[in-house]
Amino acid sequence: MRVLSNRAGIALIAVFVASLALAQAAAPPERPSVLALLIKWTPLLAYGFLFNLLISFFAMAIGTLAGFALGIARISPRAALSGPSWIVVQFFRNAPWLVLLFFVMYLLPFQFTVGRTTVPFPDWIKATLGLALPIMANVAEIVRGAVQSIPTAQWDAARSLAFSRRETLWKIILPQCVKRMLPPWMNWYAILTMATTLASIVGVSEVMTITLRITNAESRTDLLIPIYSYVLLWFFLYCYPISRWTRRLEARYEMR
Amino acid sequence: MDDVAAWFLALYKTTGIKLTIFYDSYDRGRFLLGLVTTLKLSAYCLVLSLVFGALVAMLQGSRLALVRRAASGFVDLFRNTPPLVQLYFFYFALGPLLPRVGGVPPLGSFGWAVVSLTLLETAFAAEIYRAGVEAVPKAMVEAAAALGYSRLQIYRRVVLPLALRVTMPAMTNNLVNLVKTTTLAYAIAVPELVYMSAQVWSEQVNVPEMMVVLLVCYVAIVGIINQFMQWLEVRLRVPGFGQ
Repeated sequence: MRVLSNRAGIALIAVFVASLALAQAAAPPERPSVLALLIKWTPLLAYGFLFNLLISFFAMAIGTLAGFALGIARISPRAALSGPSWIVVQFFRNAPWLVLLFFVMYLLPFQFTVGRTTVPFPDWIKATLGLALPIMANVAEIVRGAVQSIPTAQWDAARSLAFSRRETLWKIILPQCVKRMLPPWMNWYAILTMATTLASIVGVSEVMTITLRITNAESRTDLLIPIYSYVLLWFFLYCYPISRWTRRLEARYEMR
Repeated sequence: MDDVAAWFLALYKTTGIKLTIFYDSYDRGRFLLGLVTTLKLSAYCLVLSLVFGALVAMLQGSRLALVRRAASGFVDLFRNTPPLVQLYFFYFALGPLLPRVGGVPPLGSFGWAVVSLTLLETAFAAEIYRAGVEAVPKAMVEAAAALGYSRLQIYRRVVLPLALRVTMPAMTNNLVNLVKTTTLAYAIAVPELVYMSAQVWSEQVNVPEMMVVLLVCYVAIVGIINQFMQWLEVRLRVPGFGQ
């Protein structure tokens, strides 16, 4: 196992600190320093970042549940079930995330009317649904791949022990799949977390939107590199451990 | 061509399905420009990232620890930060810092999109190359060395041809991802497919129709890439290797 190293993190911190120091040194004394500005805006950025995480949690949960069902449908022996689910998987895997996001943003209503009550349907929930769609398709592929990686002899053995197909799937095959599905699933979670910034393009106020607003409000060119590397660093610190952990799990499961 | 235009005009008049890109020459021009820009952006980034990816993969196998670390750091950095933030970093933070050449910025939004997406794809390509090189059996390299091949010759004549074949499926995936990622250039106003479609739908108010056209376009491009790469994979297959 490789030692956990943080070369890229160090590089990013170096860019951040260097740009900060440069900006600090170059800033005229009558204006607030870049460091002071960053500290001032950190709570707001943190709020935005939490929103990204919130979107990622919900999108992952929805995507996983739907994707699991889709993956099970995909391996069904019934063509009426496996055929359409194949089309759904292919479509949502191959469509760009941004286009799916636009699709959901524009084509879903901003509120629902159930009977007499009107339920608002805020932008961020729509964005969550939009991001859950590609996750769903990819989780379906993970489920299919994991189930197919179990030797067919196990199906035959279960059958000879009088297990039904459903019992075999739920009690014998799927429990073994969990371990194989975990690394790719985590990988997709990291990708999803990074993709939540796309929500800023369709107008959800997450960390990227807030960053753009801050840079507009301050209109200081020396703030630009520090604040963008700051945001990059946040994502890196969140996503990089996940990716390291994923690789470790992969390596560990491969041994057996 | 006129028949197609007439048919879509009739479709609009009878059903209200408004696909102006088929009968309005201005909209058609915009849409085609978007399509060409997307393809151009993808092609530039693909070629550049393949070249730089091989370079970074070579650096990752360097004998100098510092070079190795720098290359791996580059790969980890670009793989673990949001592509959109990278794009903004280059376009909004780095862009204004470059000295102007004759009063104009040296790189426009298209240029920065190429830079940003190339770096991102380079990181992915480097990982794929590395996995491919590692998949070449050590015995083959040793056999080549025993036959008197130099290090460079081994790399060029034995390792690379085999590694490229091993990496084909992963490269296909990467290419598909690249085409999908070019949509991010929308955010910095590169006139690519999504951006031009958004212009059409905001003027013609035909969002659902344009959405469907967009999705069909991307799924078609990806389908063509998949088919082509599959054909190439079969064509280049070495009997007895990689099955």
